Amino acid sequence: MSVLVEKADLSLKYISHYNKVKEILFEGSSYVLNDVRNRAFQDFIIQGIPTQKNENYKYTNLNPRFLPDFEFVHHKENNNVDIKTVFRCDVPQLNLEPRLIFNGWYHRISNESLNLPEGVILCSLAEIANNNPDLIKEYYGKIAKTDSDSMVALNTAYAKDGYFLYIPKNVIVEKPIQLINFLQAETDTFVTQRNLIIIEQGASTNLIFCDHTLNLNNYLNNSVTEIFVGENANLDYYTLQNQHNRTSSINSVFIQQERDSVATTHTYSLHGGLIRNNLKFVLNGENAEANMYGMAFLDRKQHIDNFTQIIHAKPNCQSNQVYKNVLDGESTGAFSGMIHVVRDAQNTNAFQQNNNLLLTDEAKMQTKPQLIIDADDVKCSHGATVGQIDEEAMFYLRARGIDEDKARLMMMNAFAHDVVRKIKVEALGNRIDELVEKRLNGEIARCHECAYNCEM
Amino acid sequence: MLSIKNLYASVEGQEILKGINLEIKPGEVHAIMGPNGSGKSTLANVLAGKDDYEITADEITFLGENLLDKSPETRAKDGLFLSFQYPVEIPGVPMVNFIKTAVNEHRKHRGEKELTAGEFLKLMRKKMELVELKTKLTNRSVNEGFSGGEKKKNEIFQMAMLEPKLAILDETDSGLDIDALKTVANGVNALKSPETSSIVITHYQRLLDYIVPDFVHVLYHGKIVKSGGKELAFELEEKGYDWIKKENGN
Repeated sequence: MSVLVEKADLSLKYISHYNKVKEILFEGSSYVLNDVRNRAFQDFIIQGIPTQKNENYKYTNLNPRFLPDFEFVHHKENNNVDIKTVFRCDVPQLNLEPRLIFNGWYHRISNESLNLPEGVILCSLAEIANNNPDLIKEYYGKIAKTDSDSMVALNTAYAKDGYFLYIPKNVIVEKPIQLINFLQAETDTFVTQRNLIIIEQGASTNLIFCDHTLNLNNYLNNSVTEIFVGENANLDYYTLQNQHNRTSSINSVFIQQERDSVATTHTYSLHGGLIRNNLKFVLNGENAEANMYGMAFLDRKQHIDNFTQIIHAKPNCQSNQVYKNVLDGESTGAFSGMIHVVRDAQNTNAFQQNNNLLLTDEAKMQTKPQLIIDADDVKCSHGATVGQIDEEAMFYLRARGIDEDKARLMMMNAFAHDVVRKIKVEALGNRIDELVEKRLNGEIARCHECAYNCEM
Repeated sequence: MLSIKNLYASVEGQEILKGINLEIKPGEVHAIMGPNGSGKSTLANVLAGKDDYEITADEITFLGENLLDKSPETRAKDGLFLSFQYPVEIPGVPMVNFIKTAVNEHRKHRGEKELTAGEFLKLMRKKMELVELKTKLTNRSVNEGFSGGEKKKNEIFQMAMLEPKLAILDETDSGLDIDALKTVANGVNALKSPETSSIVITHYQRLLDYIVPDFVHVLYHGKIVKSGGKELAFELEEKGYDWIKKENGN
């Protein structure tokens, strides 16, 4: 059987599956989700599962990840999840009441005290879509286009739930909001999660999104998050990716910013089999500022692909990107960062940096900046490095009595440092520092994931 | 303290040290002088354990133990200190964290308890005063953004913190103005004791006005071609290196 036929079969498998479960997908879902469902699936059929011939997926082969016979989670599982029994976030002083997403479905935790300022809504997407479709219909599917990425199309076709966050005009949410995303199932599972965040004019929030996988099945997690940041609003969006080696995570985040807003993403990829992060910013108003910070640690045969696009659609905006990767073992990574300055987006200031540290001869990194500049008064700069640990610096540390392993760790921490220090939530910053150190020490495998990782 | 017998070192097939012999006893200060490219820094790096070199020697012992078998960190913890000619900037490694780790590694090696944060800060303040290091170290990365003079003072400060038995000062005077030179020399002298020794590598005699050597050696083309007392330094200052070059067939 030729490879081509195999691939076609693979897409066919999903096509026949969709047709089989279509009724279940429509059933109980709001018209807001259902109205775009079939169209999205048509877009998926046209595009198929991306191959490496697709320029945007050149460095990541998703096809093998779609091979397992996945179960889909079309219903909210009726397990009364007690978060304390499955997970306890022990970040000191963070002291949040985390909300839980379980295989793509938002769960209310028993005794959940919604300790949020008045008017703020944090709930299930399915719930808000059914109860208050007017609130979301102008936003849902607006920036996550199904005709330009088949994974977004597939997500939109299968979308039933996820979380919804709404911060009304001028409301400042002081305490960070934490969401924990769990994958746990009896069999290999395909998880679709669809999230929507609306931050109105002058509002502000910190959102921490943590991933955890609880047992050793193959998971494919295809999530899409659309985020709207209103005029003069402020968002810090933290993602901690910490999943085992049999998890493939395709994580697409779309952010549209209006004038004078500031949005910052912090993406920490601590562990995962395959991680593809699609991140697209549209700067849709003047004086908007977008910051993207990313830090990934990989070992064994792990793979990460950070694919960013930033559209400077209006003049006088700023964007900053700093992505760093530490690659050990036979891990592979890719960074592709596109900056598009549209016509008349004058006085744009765009900066992009990607630094990579290869710890072995087998680790590989691909890095590709792309600048498309259609305005004439812009400042764009980009830089990429791929290298090893500075041996002169290593010798300096060792010559002061610091042993080789510790010196190497200090150097790796130093490499991560200028991304980590961008974290504004202090307790989280300290924890990330710790996690980074643990990860670099190889200790993270001794967390609850350990039993799984050793087999891989 | 240190005994070097017939040391050869080469890098990528090129021989740099060609049979060095040197004996250093406790309490002694040895100056090593010589023109550029004579192998002075190579000697310092080889002793500190840099592994860029192919090394052969009949014997190198430090405090009676074979030096070449040991890693750079073990040599440091045994009491060998290299003040770098070009201290490396290490962005992201906090200066205080670095020196604290170094001090505690030394203490562990000696079977002593690690210093508490309070004890460490007290010690640090004391030693900073000793070498007149006025640079703010907290929230700074190792050597990052330090001026040339600050970097050299920082080396002597680290030496003061680690209290080595043998200090190798590799062109600690280069890039220093006369005031900074005096300060650095005062720091070195304050750390001197009958049990500690130093090797002072320099081009110029002027440092030796402040750090007075017991012996002066001239290194040329990878060999010690002349040894003498401190008066040899004056002779070199007066006559330059040309006569050495002539004597040794250029």
